[in-house]
Amino acid sequence: MELADIAIKFGLIIIIFAISLVVAMYSTYAERKIAAFFQDRVGPNRAGPWGILQPMADGAKMFMKEEIIPTNATPFLFIVGPSLAILTACIGSAVIPWGQNLVIGDKVIPLQVTDINVGILYIFGVVSLGVYGVMIGGWASNNKYSLLGAIRAASQNISYEISMGLSIIALLMVTGTLSLGEIAQQQHGWHWNVLYQPVGFLLFMICAFAETNRTPFDLPECETELVGGYHTEYSSMKLGFYLFAEYINMFISSAVMATLYWGGYNYPGMDWVTAHVGPVIGPLIGTGVFFAKIFAFIFFFMWVRWTIPRFRYDQLMDLGWKILIPLAIANIVITGIVITFLN
Amino acid sequence: MSTFYFIAFLSIFFSILVISAKNPVHSILYLILTFFTFTIHYILMNAQFLAIVNFIVYMGAILVLFLYTLMLINLNKESEPVKPFMVKIAAVFGGGVLAVALVSSLKSLGVSDPVVLKNPELGLVKNLGKVLFNEFLLPFEVSSVLLLSAMVGAVLLATKDPQETKATI
Amino acid sequence: MESLSNKKKQLTVKPLNFWERAYLPAIVSGLGITMKHFFKKPVTIQYPEQKREFSENYRGMHSLKRDENGAERCTACGLCALSCPAEAITMQAAERQKGEENLYREEKYAAVYEINMLRCIFCGLCEEACPKEAIYLDGDIVPSDYLRKDFIYGKDKLVEAPLNQ
Repeated sequence: MELADIAIKFGLIIIIFAISLVVAMYSTYAERKIAAFFQDRVGPNRAGPWGILQPMADGAKMFMKEEIIPTNATPFLFIVGPSLAILTACIGSAVIPWGQNLVIGDKVIPLQVTDINVGILYIFGVVSLGVYGVMIGGWASNNKYSLLGAIRAASQNISYEISMGLSIIALLMVTGTLSLGEIAQQQHGWHWNVLYQPVGFLLFMICAFAETNRTPFDLPECETELVGGYHTEYSSMKLGFYLFAEYINMFISSAVMATLYWGGYNYPGMDWVTAHVGPVIGPLIGTGVFFAKIFAFIFFFMWVRWTIPRFRYDQLMDLGWKILIPLAIANIVITGIVITFLN
Repeated sequence: MSTFYFIAFLSIFFSILVISAKNPVHSILYLILTFFTFTIHYILMNAQFLAIVNFIVYMGAILVLFLYTLMLINLNKESEPVKPFMVKIAAVFGGGVLAVALVSSLKSLGVSDPVVLKNPELGLVKNLGKVLFNEFLLPFEVSSVLLLSAMVGAVLLATKDPQETKATI
Repeated sequence: MESLSNKKKQLTVKPLNFWERAYLPAIVSGLGITMKHFFKKPVTIQYPEQKREFSENYRGMHSLKRDENGAERCTACGLCALSCPAEAITMQAAERQKGEENLYREEKYAAVYEINMLRCIFCGLCEEACPKEAIYLDGDIVPSDYLRKDFIYGKDKLVEAPLNQ
């Protein structure tokens, strides 16, 4: 690898990190604003025009707050918990294809940090690692509410990981590859996978809601039963990290859903557009379309949050084990039969 | 090669910490780190699929369940069972015998040639799948039946006998 | 048992049909309802800049009134203090001196008149008790403050602004 390539990769990583952090930051603002709109309110509008500086104010508040570590907590693990949460949230973005290859002169720049051939499994690995941040933090706080919240989070995540994996197997049977880059390429134009796998998409989306701990699956931080859930004892920026990790997770899972099912950076008529505007602007428009899809998903996450109430715990487990997993298996079987007959 | 030695050192270091840690939760966390170093070993051997599966299944699922159970157990000093002196002696003796057996078996093995794969791309998903579903189809399916039977057994153990519950009422 | 009022209604719980059990149609219609609200105009009134109109009989901060010549109406009779259920009002009376006729209407006036706004319950009984129509609760919301002593409002805050100013 040449030095220039390394520099380009490094720049891409930094840009992606910056984008995901900024998107997560403004998701907090969007969440409050959208919540307000759904409830016929105005939302934050005092910090800057339309309240646009609200995330900065929140961040400054988080950093200034007093840092409390409970006396009986395990100090090292207490710090490891939120760090792990935000680390696992951030590293998921490494395999997502953000756009087609840019061609500048004779240089081809892929808009994907790394296209490993087990990309989807990598995402699963990162997701399953995300439980540790919550569990370690909940246990290290030495508080029963934190522990209960952590245990809820862990059992919820493990349960829904299974149906998530099963729902994706049907997709893999259609695409025939595990690499996210190739999956995105196959959906060229309007051949989006959601047209072939609508049930799989629905299952995957429900599981994504559960994995990111968003309503209606936000039981780990169910304040009526568990005070603050696993982050009851956290204050200052450590709490901020947990909350921030949730928003980064939402961004990454929206990106994964858009890549796997909704065509990623592809849109109808993309070849015509690329032929007219050139090989640099064309892929960048694709990236813009990809981000539009991501933001649509983030909006959907918030829309659902302000529509559906939280599940009861036994309903959550029933849904995961008795409905989603059988549905996912049925989806695999039917997909297999259809593929066999079509061939 | 130096990467290998560094990672191998880390694996051994963390696995020693697993057995020497006082707090069981800490030792589970060290076990997670040990498994993570194993994942790196697999990647170094170009076995990407195995690496990621090790990552998901062992680190992401099994050890979470381990941690889960340990967190629910009340791990106070008082509840720790007091082991009698004879048990300790027996444990030392058993461990010594195991060590002797291991050392002797290593000695009889001698220095083997480093394993060289015929196909270095074997660890990739496509090749691994072809091998698993052609050459080793029977053992693969048999192992899946084994796992299924284990699962059914667990469910059987967990569900209450309806007649017994009636009797207690 | 026979119902006495004949209003008793026997209710039965119908088992849910397939679509109701699937919940998805219900969720979609719920999403539709929230989306309708998304485009509604917010009902918020941006308080310090905009103010909600008070109703006609709203009881806000007290004001001590002046008569048509600009003289204070209050004669420090103490009926308001007596009627106050929260005992929020205190006053000290004083005699009007020569040359103060344009300031105070009667020969006796309140030299000190204090209302403790933390005690006041804005019931309006002082208003009703006043024989001279000197006190009315026709003001704004009592503003917040940091110290208790700042909530004891004296004549400087209570008396109406003089006429012709």
